[in-house]
Amino acid sequence: MNNLTKRYGDIVAVDHINFEVRKGEIFGFLGPNGAGKTTTIRVLTGILKPDGGTALVSGHDVLKDPLEAKQSIGVVPEVSNAYIDLSAWENLMLIGELYGVPKKEREENAVKLLKDFGLYDVRKKLVRGFSKGMKQKLLLCMALVNDPEIIFLDEPTSGLDVESARLMREKVQQRNRDGKTIFLSTHNMEEANQLCHRIAIINHGRIAAIDTPERLRAQNMELQYVEVLFDKPVKLAELTKRAEIAKASFAGNKVRLYTANPSAIIEFLVDFARQNNLQILSLNTMMPSLEDVFIKLIKQYEIGEA
Amino acid sequence: MGYIFTQLKRSFVITKKDVKVYYSKGPVIVFGLIFPLFLFLAYTIGRSMPLEELLPGLIGMTTFFTATSVGPSIMPWETRSKTLERLVCCPVSIWALLLGDILSSFLFGFAISVIPLLFALFLNIGLLNFMILLFGLVLATLCFSALSVLFSAYPPTDIPSTTLMLSSLVKFPLVFISGVFISIEQMPFWGRIIASFSPLTYFTDLARHLILNGGYYDLILDFSMVAIFTLIFLVAAVKLHEKTLTKRIS
Repeated sequence: MNNLTKRYGDIVAVDHINFEVRKGEIFGFLGPNGAGKTTTIRVLTGILKPDGGTALVSGHDVLKDPLEAKQSIGVVPEVSNAYIDLSAWENLMLIGELYGVPKKEREENAVKLLKDFGLYDVRKKLVRGFSKGMKQKLLLCMALVNDPEIIFLDEPTSGLDVESARLMREKVQQRNRDGKTIFLSTHNMEEANQLCHRIAIINHGRIAAIDTPERLRAQNMELQYVEVLFDKPVKLAELTKRAEIAKASFAGNKVRLYTANPSAIIEFLVDFARQNNLQILSLNTMMPSLEDVFIKLIKQYEIGEA
Repeated sequence: MGYIFTQLKRSFVITKKDVKVYYSKGPVIVFGLIFPLFLFLAYTIGRSMPLEELLPGLIGMTTFFTATSVGPSIMPWETRSKTLERLVCCPVSIWALLLGDILSSFLFGFAISVIPLLFALFLNIGLLNFMILLFGLVLATLCFSALSVLFSAYPPTDIPSTTLMLSSLVKFPLVFISGVFISIEQMPFWGRIIASFSPLTYFTDLARHLILNGGYYDLILDFSMVAIFTLIFLVAAVKLHEKTLTKRIS
């Protein structure tokens, strides 16, 4: 997409964003609430028209050739939107027919998907009686019934129990292995870390960073920390005398020392324990988490804006 | 051509969905069946008129109410349940989507409205030309169905009762000024002027021609006006819905 912009009145929800999703990758789209994630997905899936810029989906301009662009995608929206007065089977047939999938292929795909997601036995029941997890699985089936090249997922595991969320993630990975491109919007950093080949972080409608999760973490090594547990309580002030320690904090009964030089800090902690007659019960070097990077980038952006 | 054929096929898919989802909804039953039935009873009971004289008004009223009962509530319902968003991200153009809704309204209206016509045929009440009247019924049902979908375009609400209330505000006065209860020639001059702006006037007049051989306007004019109104409502429904769709979804 090139300079993609979407406004709601005076509010710029998506502000001249530029990025490219590569064929066959799982692309994560992260951002706080109201950052512009859902608006971007709605523009890319043809629900909203952009106010500026261009976006190509499978080579088709979403504004000039919306139907061709839509033909190649499957969408799992943020809010469940299957027809509750229709059965799971009827919902799948409806979407398959709207994409022009031939009857035989549509029925074969539906049977396969319903079996794969454990919904085959309830296929004739109205969606009205489905649990949140079942509805979410059905939404993914509906997004896949036309065998799309690109799958857009907007918070697909939000509100799901651990087992259902894991199943959803497994199915997404499986589709990706089958060659599908996945565009995943999520709040769940661990999910993004596990699934995504690349991640874009969006805030206030602008892209704050795009890279692989590993590189994003590596670019923010000042966020790594040494976590230590002594057998007796210690005062933070005694530990923060070292210049290499950028910040210290308690995490339960453990002490976290943020540093760009963990080996020096480990040596310091061993000396400190010896001098103060303390015993080290545990000592770990922790790489920055994606969540740490995310919070840092969002804060940086907000300071920059101020 | 291929594009139009594909989109028309998808319109029928929308129609099939509407039939399954919306025909059994309470407001459709109330506004499409119970209301016209009670209006008809109020109109006929205690009036010593021959059945053929009642028939044009009955057909006009039934067609109008039934064909406009499904359309107004589909869009608000779809908006509220977020299913509209699902449909919009499918490869279906807005006109095809609306045509599907209009066709579902049409099928409901036609299936009910044809009953009094068949009843008249069965009782051998003098229908001058059944096939022409049937054609008029098809055209009028399409016209009122398009009007019903136009009703739901503005305001772009997600509350079905709002559009049903607003459509009733238009529908009820139209029934009273369209020659359903009083024939057009019995109306005062100003009444005839107002009646000429209602599509129902021309359909009721058309029915009077073909049942009683006594319409007010020329039969060709009746058909032409119903066709013109149909075209206006179809184009207006598509244009207005296109304009309000973003607001409805966001």
